[in-house]
Amino acid sequence: MEPSLASYLALSGILFTIGCVGVMFKRNAIGMFMCIELMLNAVNLTFVAFSRYYGDTTGQLFVFMVMAVAACEAAVGLGIIIAFFRNSMSVDVDDASLMRN
Amino acid sequence: MEQVLKTAFPFIVISVGILLAFQGVLMIVAYTVLAERKVLGWIQGRIGPNRVGPWGVLQPFADLLKFIFKEDLVPDKSTKFVYFLAPMVALTCALLPIVVYPFGPRIADPLSWLVPYVSGIAYLGDAVVWIAEQAKNMPLTIARIDVGVLFVLGITSVGVYGIALAGWSSNSKYSLMGGLRSSAQMISYELAMGASVIGAVMLAGTLDLNGIIQAQTQSPFKWFIIPQFIGFIVFLIAAFAETNRVPFDLPEAETELVAGFHTEYSALKFALFFMAEYVNMFTVSVMCTVLFLGGWYVPGLSYLFEVGSIPYALVSHVAFIGKICAFLFLYIWIRGTLPRFRFDQLMNFGWKFLLPVAIANVILTIVVVFLLNR
Amino acid sequence: MVGTALFFLFAGLAIACAISMVYHRNPIYSAISLVGVFVALSCIYVTLAAPFIAAVQILIYAGAIMVLVVFVIMLLNLDEDRPHSRLHYLYALGGGLGVLLLAQTFFIFYSVMRAPNLPADQTVSPGETMSIGRAMYTEYLLPVEIVGIMLLMAVIGGVILVRKLNAPQLELVVEKELELRNEEEAKDGLGIAL
Repeated sequence: MEPSLASYLALSGILFTIGCVGVMFKRNAIGMFMCIELMLNAVNLTFVAFSRYYGDTTGQLFVFMVMAVAACEAAVGLGIIIAFFRNSMSVDVDDASLMRN
Repeated sequence: MEQVLKTAFPFIVISVGILLAFQGVLMIVAYTVLAERKVLGWIQGRIGPNRVGPWGVLQPFADLLKFIFKEDLVPDKSTKFVYFLAPMVALTCALLPIVVYPFGPRIADPLSWLVPYVSGIAYLGDAVVWIAEQAKNMPLTIARIDVGVLFVLGITSVGVYGIALAGWSSNSKYSLMGGLRSSAQMISYELAMGASVIGAVMLAGTLDLNGIIQAQTQSPFKWFIIPQFIGFIVFLIAAFAETNRVPFDLPEAETELVAGFHTEYSALKFALFFMAEYVNMFTVSVMCTVLFLGGWYVPGLSYLFEVGSIPYALVSHVAFIGKICAFLFLYIWIRGTLPRFRFDQLMNFGWKFLLPVAIANVILTIVVVFLLNR
Repeated sequence: MVGTALFFLFAGLAIACAISMVYHRNPIYSAISLVGVFVALSCIYVTLAAPFIAAVQILIYAGAIMVLVVFVIMLLNLDEDRPHSRLHYLYALGGGLGVLLLAQTFFIFYSVMRAPNLPADQTVSPGETMSIGRAMYTEYLLPVEIVGIMLLMAVIGGVILVRKLNAPQLELVVEKELELRNEEEAKDGLGIAL
């Protein structure tokens, strides 16, 4: 007996919720970045589960695309974080307020 | 009872297979250490270890006993959880790829020669007949997965965490520098390694390790070392860098960094790192053999023995181990011969020479395969 | 039976690691927990008959992206987060959003549970490397090309972002701004102290 589609969706939803709450709670830019990765992974899980239950390859292909997007995000996001750290010696997003006044 | 045993049978077989493979690999690794000390000794005009047993053959066990009985120091200001986790991660990631190694060809009927001996005995006879029936067409691989190459590359790339976390958690500047250097080095050379594998995978048309060997089994001229010579050289260089060996052993350059990322490790935790390094050497040697030297294939062996018979499989298996040992010897030889790179030279070499060459090789392979298949 | 047991094992592992990632203030602990989530999800993909995706998940997420993150954390030598936040309303917002999303998750769970169970066709194996590759270079060629161009853009963007600033004026502006801010803060601090 295999677990039903609903249980995979539930797991994905729980992971997405944790990631979303994490983005709100963390103020460390790297922490927020990791929470976003978690949310992307939760979406990937639904793709693979649907692909399995409909017997269709498209879902797995789009997991691949999401991974490529995540890799781009890592390259650019970490670049921004390093550039920001050089300027303000911190990765706290609260300190990114140079434009405020 | 019988039903339960029949259900559990595959699990028992896999467990026994894992046990055998791990034991074998760990023994080879232990004797690689001894061989390294011996060969280095000969290269440098010394004798090498010769006290424990005849010619020092029991030296690995003596070393192990020493590691077990040494005092286990833990730095006061280290981050304890990560400090304990790091060596485990390193060794686990080094050992995991063993489950997909293609140790030999399929054996068509490995156990039926046992049947006549036990046919009269009450339960054993039936059991052996059943097992012999199950064991037909037995592969010498623990887990046959579709994506063996990706699995090995992925698991070995996770091994970086062991080194990076060890460097970070020791709370020592030498360890941190060693950890940083090694993660930078391994990230850089992973790209070249992956790009050099693509050529062989493209020629074989599969990511399965057994499939790649099957694609090379017609003649020794079909070994991918000939059409993929550039890929082979790039893979070999990247493999030296991935395993942190001379001439790329920057993470543990003793003149600059004491011992690099494992400066603060002692006793068995150090032994785990040490073993992980040698198991990684074994892994890349296996990959090199499978991808470029035809794996277990011995030219002309199918004329001597029938394909799928037991002697055929045994000779092939021994040939596979022999090819791996040749690579391990190359490692030791180069360690005794070459000096170490400087760190900026290492980075420049990896990014500005090796990676472009690997990508050019991929493009060349694409063009040639396209023209040949047209 | 075995499938269900494995699912609950790895699902529990993934959720525990995810909670630990959000809970820990030390970024290295968060990163290790996130790697745990990725490995657990990869195991779930294997049970979903998608070995290619599982291997790529380990290779890209655990082996490349998170190694880069750990590397950056080590390079910047980050300490723990500061415990107090200036933005308290974000906590309320996050909690509310979390409750909303959880409610939605349970709603989806029940509606999918009540729907007729989809027949999982065991003969079709969409997870094979061959079928993924075929789909990638026939039906979905354009998206794959776009992803390739996007990766190239990300590489160039990353290089431009982290290179040393060539224009000295820009650095001067930033330094001046920082000085001004420090002075202001010092004044504020003085005012409170007085």
